[in-house]
Amino acid sequence: MVDMTVVELSRWQFALTAMYHFLFVPLTLGLSIILAIMESVYVMTGRQVWRDMTKFWGTLFGINFVLGVSTGITMEFQFGMNWSYYSHYVGDVFGAPLAIEGLMAFFLEATLVGLFFFGWDRMSKRGHLTATWLMALGTNLSALWILIANGWMQNPVGSEFNPETMRMEVTDFMAVLFNPVAQAKFVHTVSAGYVTGALFVLAISAFFLLNRRFVGFAKRSMTVAAAFGLASALSVVVLGDESGYALTDNQKMKLASLEAMWHTEPAPAPLTLIGFPNRDTQETEHAISIPWVLGLISTRSLDGEVEGILPLVEQAESRIENGVLAYDAMMRLREDPDNADAQAQFESARDDLGYAMLLRRYVADPREAGPDLIAQAAMDTVPNVAVMFWSFRFMAGLGFYFIALFGTAFVLSSMRKHETRWFLKLALVSLPLPWVAAELGWLLAEYGRQPWIIEGVLPTFEGVSSLHPTQMIMTIVGFTALYGALAVVEVMLMIKYVRKGPYPDGPPRGASQKPQGGFVPLPAE
Amino acid sequence: MEIPLSFELLRVIWWALLGVLLIGFAITDGFDLGVAGLLPFVARTDAERRLAINTVGPTWEGNQVWLILGGGAIFAAWPLVYAVSFSSFYLAMFVVLASLILRPVAFKYRSKREDPRWRRFWDWALFTGGFVPALIFGVAVGNVLVGAPFRMNDDMRIFWDGSFFGLLNPFALLCGLLSVTMLFLHGAAWLSMKTEYGVVRDRARAYAPIFAFASIVLFALAGAWVAFGDLGYQVTNTVAADGPSNPRFTETVREGGAWLSNYGRYPWMVIAPVLGFGGAALALFGLRSNSEALTFIGSKLSVVGIISTVGVSMFPFILPSSVDPNASLTVWNASSSHMTLFVMLIVTAVLLPIVLAYTAWAFKVMWGRVTTEAIAKGDYY
Repeated sequence: MVDMTVVELSRWQFALTAMYHFLFVPLTLGLSIILAIMESVYVMTGRQVWRDMTKFWGTLFGINFVLGVSTGITMEFQFGMNWSYYSHYVGDVFGAPLAIEGLMAFFLEATLVGLFFFGWDRMSKRGHLTATWLMALGTNLSALWILIANGWMQNPVGSEFNPETMRMEVTDFMAVLFNPVAQAKFVHTVSAGYVTGALFVLAISAFFLLNRRFVGFAKRSMTVAAAFGLASALSVVVLGDESGYALTDNQKMKLASLEAMWHTEPAPAPLTLIGFPNRDTQETEHAISIPWVLGLISTRSLDGEVEGILPLVEQAESRIENGVLAYDAMMRLREDPDNADAQAQFESARDDLGYAMLLRRYVADPREAGPDLIAQAAMDTVPNVAVMFWSFRFMAGLGFYFIALFGTAFVLSSMRKHETRWFLKLALVSLPLPWVAAELGWLLAEYGRQPWIIEGVLPTFEGVSSLHPTQMIMTIVGFTALYGALAVVEVMLMIKYVRKGPYPDGPPRGASQKPQGGFVPLPAE
Repeated sequence: MEIPLSFELLRVIWWALLGVLLIGFAITDGFDLGVAGLLPFVARTDAERRLAINTVGPTWEGNQVWLILGGGAIFAAWPLVYAVSFSSFYLAMFVVLASLILRPVAFKYRSKREDPRWRRFWDWALFTGGFVPALIFGVAVGNVLVGAPFRMNDDMRIFWDGSFFGLLNPFALLCGLLSVTMLFLHGAAWLSMKTEYGVVRDRARAYAPIFAFASIVLFALAGAWVAFGDLGYQVTNTVAADGPSNPRFTETVREGGAWLSNYGRYPWMVIAPVLGFGGAALALFGLRSNSEALTFIGSKLSVVGIISTVGVSMFPFILPSSVDPNASLTVWNASSSHMTLFVMLIVTAVLLPIVLAYTAWAFKVMWGRVTTEAIAKGDYY
């Protein structure tokens, strides 16, 4: 049996390094596209200010990008370092999208980022613009492949367990590629990244406008951020709903727990707006519900049922019992691979093998587990309902807030009222919110998948390496110190370069820095 | 789906591709590591350091992807090798990781502030980010040749009986030093080609012969150790080359000198060590005849030769186990499934040429010597 201390430490380390990594990724995703848009305007209009915008936001992009890249290396190494059984167990399926990510996306992004920064005077305008768009494309493709890998952890399609090699193997590569969960997650995640990029540009432009610095520059930046941000904020909510819909088929437990729905309600199920899930009484107390809504959202019908947590636990129990049969057959096949009876038994129960593994937390051999242990293991399939319930509500609430914020920004910038001070202040203080929403989203996706590392296939505690807790503590301390220091340095540099602004040596070529009455037309710069 | 290539052939192709990726990393990111490691020696003032750093400034990021891709490809094509090596060399991997995290940040942040103490700090980070991975990669390869102390149970869960300091055995340290001299030679060759005529270039050219000689001597020493020391493993049963990826079907014994047996069986493999020596010698010749291109080609060939020597000497082993030789990972028992190897080969065949094409484009755009004058007024670190 595995050492639960190692399991806990491995989970903490992964959570810390992954969430830290994802502080930088969404901004990279969003800013890369914004840079490409700004540079396109420069190439089309020939106006210098758009080049200045690309370069200024590019500098901030670069400070952020490099930390995204370096902390990404940790993620790749960590699967092998801390999760070696997982790596062996699913490398045949999970490794492929990671490798393709390197080959198709990361290479493109990393090679072209060099040209973006250093190629300004060495390439034609169009040549450089091509490099910028390819860099943005690489960044977004990178997210695609990572989310195909992650989508498979949520919904392990196109593969089956091979008892000879003791691992999952690909049976249908196309199914892994076009996994509906992965597609829904990809569009939701990149849209969230675009919101982050747009809000970053919006907030810093607001900062300039509040201080009446670089006014023409900031107004244009704000206009780009408002339009791009509004489109992204709308898509993040609509497509987020799509990923909720995808849950109804494959992660019923996750859906039931983020809605804190203990029992199956008659269709169409009500949506609990607010309430206090209580694990002991298995009720959600003081709940305020809206009839029909959940059923409509998650089944897109009036008669589709959304199953509750407790009925799902009962189902898990019978799957565990069936899984023990698969485990038993697997053991007999290990002794004699030609045993036809064992082959037939394995064939009929193989889909539940992972459920038998849940028992390994308590007994080395799942066949020795009695009904009590089976019931306990079935109960383990319920994630932390309160955390799920509240994270979801905060994340979704922020999603709607972003629509309102960018909607307002869009109206104000269309009306040329860029300098509405209450709004600028609001935009500035909203700066951290997209990161909060993004981290909550990952919490839902990953914490909500527990106790599974691969949904229904491999429990998280089975995935770890056989390490000593001391080794793990050393690396956790090491990462915390290193990452903490880098975070301080990063923020310090960001502030320094924002303070400096796009024109540290004064306005270029006689462009007016004073606010223009009426602001139409834009001053030629 | 009918897979048109046999499992056996795909395994050999992926074994070769593993070599190609590691060599790709060592050739491209190798000179970045070398330049970073040489920084305190070849460049002393801030202007000199910026000159050296900017020779790799625009391209190191793309080069580093060879490592990421190498990791990804091992994960996808050799999952057991990935699982065993990354978890077994745990603390060593962490040290590599920490220095590889510091390196990009150092490149990017160093010149963002004027403060000399700030810059000195990041210069040390760069040195660490160049020297430490160069050393540890070599030490890791040394330990692969010695055999790593891992076991596996029937569930194929991996257990490790070694310690961090156990990795620092004399043979592994020798390989670590060889890796450093090989990559520092490569870095010096790059610097002499990419910097303007001046002190940095002169110093790089002065250091290069030392590293070339050292590489030749250390490579020869390592070879002698392999021949006369107690190194090597041998498979003793007949293993189906298309059998399941599970080491329990392979029987292995430890056998001194076994790493040389392939050269008797396949004499053409001698090309690898010959290139290792010949490349370094060619680099020396290039230095004497003032041809920087020859020096750089020589250092490249030397990298190709030295890394290939390790691969072909061990074939079919990839990662032998010193405490339970039967758990040793070979080309025939550690790969992904037939289907995954095939799909990944198609993907690689389509995408790798594209990668090479735009990488070549990026190098072409950035072609030419870096000058102090250009740094003073353009987009540089």
